[in-house]
Formats: sequence, structure tokens, C-alpha cells
Amino acid sequence: MITLNVNGKAINVDVDPATPLLWVLRETIGLTGTKYGCGMAQCGACTVHLNGEAIRSCVKRVADAAGKEITTIEGLSTDLSHPLQKAWIEIDVPQCGYCQSGQIMSAAVLLAENSKPTDRDIDEAMTGNICRCGTYPRIRQAIHRAAEMKRKA
Amino acid sequence: MTNEIKRRSFLKVSAAAGGGLLLSLYLPEAIGAGLDAGGRQPGTAALPFMPNAFVRIGSDDSVTVIVNKSEMGQGVYTSLPMLLAEELEADWSKIKVESAPVDAAYNHTTFGIQMTGGSTSTASEWDRFRKAGATARVMLIGAAAQQWGVDSQALRAENGFVIGPGRGQRASFGSLADAAAKIAAPQDVPLKDPKDFKLIGKATRRLDTPSKVDGSAQFGLDVKIPGMMTAVVARSPVFGGKVASLNADAARAVSGVRNVVQIPSGVAVIAEGFWPAKLGREKLDIKWDEGQNANLSTTGMREQYASLAKKPGKLARRVGDPAGALASAAKTVTAEYEVPYLAHAMMEPLNCVVDLRANSCEIWTGTQFQTVDRMAAAAVAGLKPEQVQIHTTLLGGGFGRRANPASDFVIEAVQVAKAAKTPVKVIWTREDDIRGGWYRPMWYDRMQAGVDVSGNPVAWTHTIVGQSIMEGTAFEAFGIKDGIDAASVEGAADLLYGIPNLQVDLHTPKIGVPVMWWRSVGHSHNGFAVEAFFDEVAHECGKDPFELRRALLANQPRMRALLELVAEKANWGKPLPTGRGRGIATHFSFDSYVAQVAEVSVDNGRVRVHRVVCAIDCGRVVNPDTVKAQLEGGIIFGLTAALKDEITLDRGRVQQRNFHDYPMLRINEAPEIEVHIMPSTEKPTGVGEPGVPPVAPAVANAIFAATGTRVRKLPIGLVG
Repeated sequence: MITLNVNGKAINVDVDPATPLLWVLRETIGLTGTKYGCGMAQCGACTVHLNGEAIRSCVKRVADAAGKEITTIEGLSTDLSHPLQKAWIEIDVPQCGYCQSGQIMSAAVLLAENSKPTDRDIDEAMTGNICRCGTYPRIRQAIHRAAEMKRKA
Repeated sequence: MTNEIKRRSFLKVSAAAGGGLLLSLYLPEAIGAGLDAGGRQPGTAALPFMPNAFVRIGSDDSVTVIVNKSEMGQGVYTSLPMLLAEELEADWSKIKVESAPVDAAYNHTTFGIQMTGGSTSTASEWDRFRKAGATARVMLIGAAAQQWGVDSQALRAENGFVIGPGRGQRASFGSLADAAAKIAAPQDVPLKDPKDFKLIGKATRRLDTPSKVDGSAQFGLDVKIPGMMTAVVARSPVFGGKVASLNADAARAVSGVRNVVQIPSGVAVIAEGFWPAKLGREKLDIKWDEGQNANLSTTGMREQYASLAKKPGKLARRVGDPAGALASAAKTVTAEYEVPYLAHAMMEPLNCVVDLRANSCEIWTGTQFQTVDRMAAAAVAGLKPEQVQIHTTLLGGGFGRRANPASDFVIEAVQVAKAAKTPVKVIWTREDDIRGGWYRPMWYDRMQAGVDVSGNPVAWTHTIVGQSIMEGTAFEAFGIKDGIDAASVEGAADLLYGIPNLQVDLHTPKIGVPVMWWRSVGHSHNGFAVEAFFDEVAHECGKDPFELRRALLANQPRMRALLELVAEKANWGKPLPTGRGRGIATHFSFDSYVAQVAEVSVDNGRVRVHRVVCAIDCGRVVNPDTVKAQLEGGIIFGLTAALKDEITLDRGRVQQRNFHDYPMLRINEAPEIEVHIMPSTEKPTGVGEPGVPPVAPAVANAIFAATGTRVRKLPIGLVG
């Protein structure tokens, strides 16, 4: 039995310790906002926070996440109140939407560490997240907008 | 889950335009079985007023629009409700969206099956959704007129209410719903004068965005049903290969693996979850009978294609006397262009959930092809199509792949459910997706042009070599005429430029790689060959590529105006910083006109696209912000193909497998994109695909402007 701390809740899971965290979140715990895209840390669709750091849950053994704080898109806010969620809605970033949980989770770490990210900062933080629909110009715009909202709050 | 509504006949209302367009024939039996805008199961509240297949008004004032097009990012779950709400005079904040069940009422108005594709959703539904809203409005007004004992002419609908001239004559749609349900649906309801549009043409926020930023949006991969197992399938490493022998002992021994079954496409490992299924698959010991494609290689194919291209193919179009004009031209220009196989690589890999019972089959999947999938699933299940129900979830990208003519990912899941006798979700890994075939075909194009003494093109010939995507499918009769697959020559045979002597011919080699439509279909390669070669011709003519296009578009006023717009917005002809070049391209596809200018630089062979200015004329626009988003996305999609990707085969095996060797453009490589929409009162035309074809040639032409090097092969990779 492995005890995980997901979105502030302790959850016991009985799984093979080598199972990637992604599949435990999605299938065992039922948090399907975190997506599978490649299974080899190439696309970022599975991005979650582990002790405040953006990690690719598709290559993270669940045993290695035990005892650490895990935040998924469902835990970012419960009411769409995170500045990134507001900015994403205001700018209508998503198209198909499949990669957007991962995009937002990567952006959330950037924003927590940098209150006024430059385009270059955004490139560095977001290059690991693929969007096949090509929403990159809007992601960039929305991160700037969210940073602005956060500074004014 | 399914509301107990029996099929009731409703009035048939012929729409004003378009053959075979019928409005709201009846209430489909399965209505209410769809999914909401976030892909979730809606409630099963009573349905007091459902005047047609597309709208339901609840006593709580909710207005539910049933959308028959699949939402794969293109915004149909917002733009189609806008059409209906416009005529209904609904309160936009009360609009909810559900995906339609499979039913003839939801068939494409031109193609006659329920499907999403060909950039046709707005064109197909432009009249029908407005009529559906207008009909419901007239019935609600009729109900209020009866209640108040007044003439309905004295009443109007506004923002979810019916309003009369008298004191207190104001009733919400919800309060009128019961009474409206008893009113006969009127025929031939007039539609608004476009000058009175309140929603259509206004940038409107997407209804599905909130669910896509908090993780609640339900894609096919997120579906879970009681008792469901998860399966992954080992498929032949060579297309068309079959299992020769199987030893599944080690796979069965993996903890969590419940079953291993053989199906026509390979071997399915069924487990308690994805991870044990995948581990089990790795332990399978399969010998494959690789079949006739075991020696396929794209290198060999390229040689075959190049040699075919030197000979004239089957004639697709001839105007004037191209051979004579070439022979007597002052100068001729010849070039060969080539593009590779491409995978769609949607972010959400293919998946399908099946619950197969003795007399029913329920399917949850993100499909673009409901009618085809239902028929195919029924055949495999041994059921009637009506016994198969498809819940269309949100699609994590489609780009054509989820409109598979063979319903490959759907029937395979039904086969697994049938063999394993359990509700099952089949998941494709990224490797399965990249190696799974159904690619955009590989193409080889030989182009020739003749130029007269004054530097005007007088002849243009184009020999196209590549597989047919229609051959062998149910669409063959529709798509292939006199041996010419229309999709192979689209964007080439219908050249807009006024060149007096033209020939387009086609070779259609038979190759064992499954191919299909891929965002912008034949235009994805013809756009490149035609527009990049045009740039070469302009150069040989000693003319500015913009000016020569402009001159040859004299009889194409819409494209000519667009070309001028994009040139102006991109500062065509104005100086650029050293090392940068501009390239221009136009392309007509899906009845829309697009022109683009790309600005690039090349550093140590590496191409950097700095800016793309794009203009589109797609007729009347429903949601301008969505149009912009689709063009931004189309440009990024086209850039990935232009700069990065190819699927190659060696010894019958696909050599790429995941995003490390089949890479996507990333945010640090994305250019600044500027989109201009030409105001128009013409009927709406395509938007999802037309942004793709001009990107590659605009970039190739810009590379020539920056470096003097011609790019004739995609992906561009390193220049020089």
C-alpha cells in the first residue's frame, strides 16, 4: 500500500510501485484531468506538481511520489479562480483542450516563481509542452495576462 | 441514461437552399444519450419542449443545443449553438450543449452521413441550425399568444423571453415550454436579415473552455464504465501482417493481466489498467507472417515515384495546348517536389470504449464518423446498426484520423470486447499511433512551366504521383471519377492563375501503406508544389512573386483582393533586417481563399519562422475569434509538416515512434501570427483546413528570398 498526498488529501493505493504516477492518478484515483500523450516525457500532457515542481507523471514511478505533495489540474483551484484559468478563459486558449491541463500546470510553476515572465522565460518553461492544435500564441498571451492579474491582485 | 422518448413524426421543413436539406425530421429515439459540452453525461430531466432534433428547452429556462458535429477543437460546440440561439432569441448564458446520438436526423446535409470533416460544419449547418432556432421561437411565441389571447404578430422574442405589448406580457421560454410543445411546428419560417444579427459575427467565448481548464472535460480516454477492463493491442510491425504463432504465457503471468485474445489486427492484452496491459504486451511472444509488404521502403518508393513522374499520367485536366505551348516557349522551367507520409499525431491517442451485450453495443469514443463507425461496429458485433449506440465524447484532436473509412479503431475495440467478453477500453500508445498507418500519402510532383519572351507564363504542367486515399473504401464511387481521385489533384487541377495552357495528370501507384485524409487532404501537398513552383517561375520571369500572382489573378477578384490585403499587412516589398526573407503564397481550398506571407531567417542551416501574416476570405463568419484560432492552429500544424516531420519505412517497418523522432513544433519555435478576415456576405465556407496549405510554400519561398536556396522537399530540416 502506497500513501499519496493528492490535492491536499491522503489517498492509499494498492498498486505496483513501478506504475507511473499518471496511471494511478487517472485510473486508480479517477483524476482524469491529467492526460496521457506520449509515455516518455516528450509532450507534457501529464504534467503535475510534485512538491511545487512541474514533473511528467508518465515517467514518475508512483512509489517515488509517496509522501510528497502532488497537485493536479483538479487541485489548482476548485472554482476556476486561478489567474491562469481566468486568463485561459478570457483569451479562449484551448482548441481540442487535451494538452491544456499540462500547459496550465507548467505555467503555474513558472508564475509561482516569476511574477513577470518575459517571452524567453515562457519559452523556457513551456517548451516541454506540445500543443498539436497550435495554441502557442494564445498560451503566451494568457501567461502574460495571468501574471498581470496576479500582480494586481 | 436514455430518455424514454418514442420516435415521433415531426413536420418536414425544406430549407431554402441546398439539395436534400431537411430540418428536424423527428425526435431521434436515442436523444438525451449524448454528452454535454464538457463531454459529461447530462441529467435526464423531463423534456417538455423539443421541437426538433437540435434544441430542447427545459422548464428551468435551459436551452440545450444538440450538436451533430464532433468537437475536436474547431469550436463547433460554440459556433453551431450561436446559429441556433441567434434565431431563437435565446439568452446566450442559458445555452447548454450536448453531443448528438447517431441518427439520420443528424446527417451531413451534403454527404448524407453523420460525420465531421472537410471543413464543412458551418456550411452544412448554416441554414439548418438557424431554421431549428427560428422554428422553436415561432412555437414559443405561439404559446404565449394563446395564453394571453393576442395575435402572435404582436409578440416578439428577446433574450430568452417572449414579450407582448400589454402590461405584464413577458414570459420566459421555460415557462412557455409545456404549451409550446403542443403547438404544431410551422413550415418555412423566415430567417433574419443578416443586418439584424446579434450573435453571428461577434467574437464569442467558447462554451467548452471552462471544462478544458479545470480537468473536467471528458475525452474518450477519460470514459469509465462499470466492469471495464483496459486493453492494448500488439499489431503487426508490417502493414497487413498476420499472427503466425503466439505464446502468451509470460503476458498472462503479469500481475493485473486478465486475458489475452487474438483478433484480426493482432493480439489484445486485457488487464485491470493500462500499465499492466502494456507490460503484458511487452511479454507477448508473437511470430508474424509479415505478408507482401515486408520489403517496402520509402527510399525504393521514391525512386519508383520519381521515375513515374517523368511520364505523363492519367489526365485530370487539360486547358489549351500545354505541350505545344511548352515547345514554343522562350524559356521552360522544370522542378520536382516531394513530400513524405505524415501521421496525424493527435494529442489524444486513439481509444475506444465498448460495452457489448447480447442485443446491444454501446460505444464511447471521439469519432468524426458516426454513421460509418456504427455500421462497421454492427457488422462486427452481429447486430443491427440501430442496436449500436455511439456516445461521441470530446476529441483530443482529429485532423481527419478519427474519420477512418475502415473504422479501424472502433471495430478493433468491438472485436476485443467480443473476444474477451468484457466491457473494455482499447488504448493506443503514442507508438501505436505513429506506427499505425492511415497516413497522409507520400507525394512526388513534377512541374514544368513555359514562359514567353515578355516573361509571362504561358504553359503549366503538373504530374502528380501518389496513392489514392479513396481507392478501396466505401467512398470510391464518390471520390474517384475516370481513374482520378479528386483528392489527389485538388488544389492543382483547379489552379486559379490565368495561365492559358494547363495540364495536370496523375499516377496512382498501389502501395500497401494505409493512407487517408489528413488536415487539408490533397491541398496539403499540392499547395506546396504549386505555390513553391510558382515562385520559381516568377523568378525565371524576372517578376516579383506578388506582382505576378496579382496579374494572373485578374479573373479571381476574391483571391486578388486577399493577396493585396496580405501583402499590405505584411509590408511586402519593404526592407527587412539583414538575413531575413519574405515569402508569399495563396491557396484556394474548401471553398475558402487564403493568402499568407512568412518571414524567415536561416542561421547555420536552421530555419526560424519569425512571423506569418495570414488573410482569409471564408464568406460570412460566425465566430471571428474561432476563425482566427483555426488559422493560427492551421499555420502551426502546417509549420510542423514543413519543417520537421516525415514517416519513413524500411523493410516494411515505420522508422519513427514517438515525439522524439516525430517532433512537433514547440512554443519557442512558434512565430508571431497575424490573421485578417476579409469581410464578406457570401455563404460561409471552410476554416479548419484552408490555413494549412499555404504555410509550407510561403516558408520555402521566404527561404529562397533570404538565402537563394530553393526548397523542393519537405520536411525542410536543415537548409544548405
